[in-house]
Amino acid sequence: MGPKPRLLTVLDVVTIFMLAIATWMVFFYAPMEAVMGNVQRVFYFHVAAGWVGMLGFLVAAGAGVAYLRSARRKWDLVGLAAVEIGMVFAFVNVVTGAIWARPIWNTWWTWDPRLTTATIMLLIYAAYLMLRQGIDDPDRRARFGAVYAIVGFLSVPLTFFSARLFRTIHPVVIGSNQPGAEGAFDMTPLMLQTFLFSLLTFTIIFADLMWRRLRLGRLADEVEQKKLELTV
Amino acid sequence: MLMSLILQQGPAETTNYMVFGYVIIFGSMLLYVISLYLRQRSLKQDLTLIEDLQEGQV
Repeated sequence: MGPKPRLLTVLDVVTIFMLAIATWMVFFYAPMEAVMGNVQRVFYFHVAAGWVGMLGFLVAAGAGVAYLRSARRKWDLVGLAAVEIGMVFAFVNVVTGAIWARPIWNTWWTWDPRLTTATIMLLIYAAYLMLRQGIDDPDRRARFGAVYAIVGFLSVPLTFFSARLFRTIHPVVIGSNQPGAEGAFDMTPLMLQTFLFSLLTFTIIFADLMWRRLRLGRLADEVEQKKLELTV
Repeated sequence: MLMSLILQQGPAETTNYMVFGYVIIFGSMLLYVISLYLRQRSLKQDLTLIEDLQEGQV
């Protein structure tokens, strides 16, 4: 692994700066929701985390296709990095959803279609990480990972559209003109600006973490290669 | 519960849940960044050790 690129340092700084602004907007710029109170402020990063989770799984599926076409090791690294980061943010999404639900739905958890599909999606990718550990041969592991990431991606659109396709109490935020779902709320312009800025910020965080995780993957490969050279 | 929220006078007092939510959000991101740092440090130590061993063999 070479020295840290200057552009990565710039991206780190931009990421921290944007996260600070997004946090300020959530707490001080966006108004308090009239009924739910402060817990509604969780929504901005809850949705943004869900978006990054799904983005990670989309990138992993794309990397899977690229690996199967080219058999180049770098695509396996991209797929693994994207799933790992996607898992972190999908986990944040599910847990913060439960925290929001406790005062609003009066329960931490309910087997609502959106919550259920999101949990299944999370478990599918948790299994991806665990099953990879069980395959020693790097080529087989990469092929398996590629196919799994493509097939596993079916859970992502199912999760995204579950709040639209099935009878659910989960609010539909993006692309909804029917704010009739229980717990739904309309956004004021300041809320909408905060929401969109949070989405942008988390997308930048994803790019920054991807770059860092890819460097880590390349370093791990380098160590593995040196170990092989040492034993031969 | 939802009806009681709607019928109340002002916003519900849910600050504790907001704080809990943001502890989870920032805590998870921080833990992941720390895990990246620790894994990188460990790999760099391994690399240095291997290179030292290789020099010793030569």
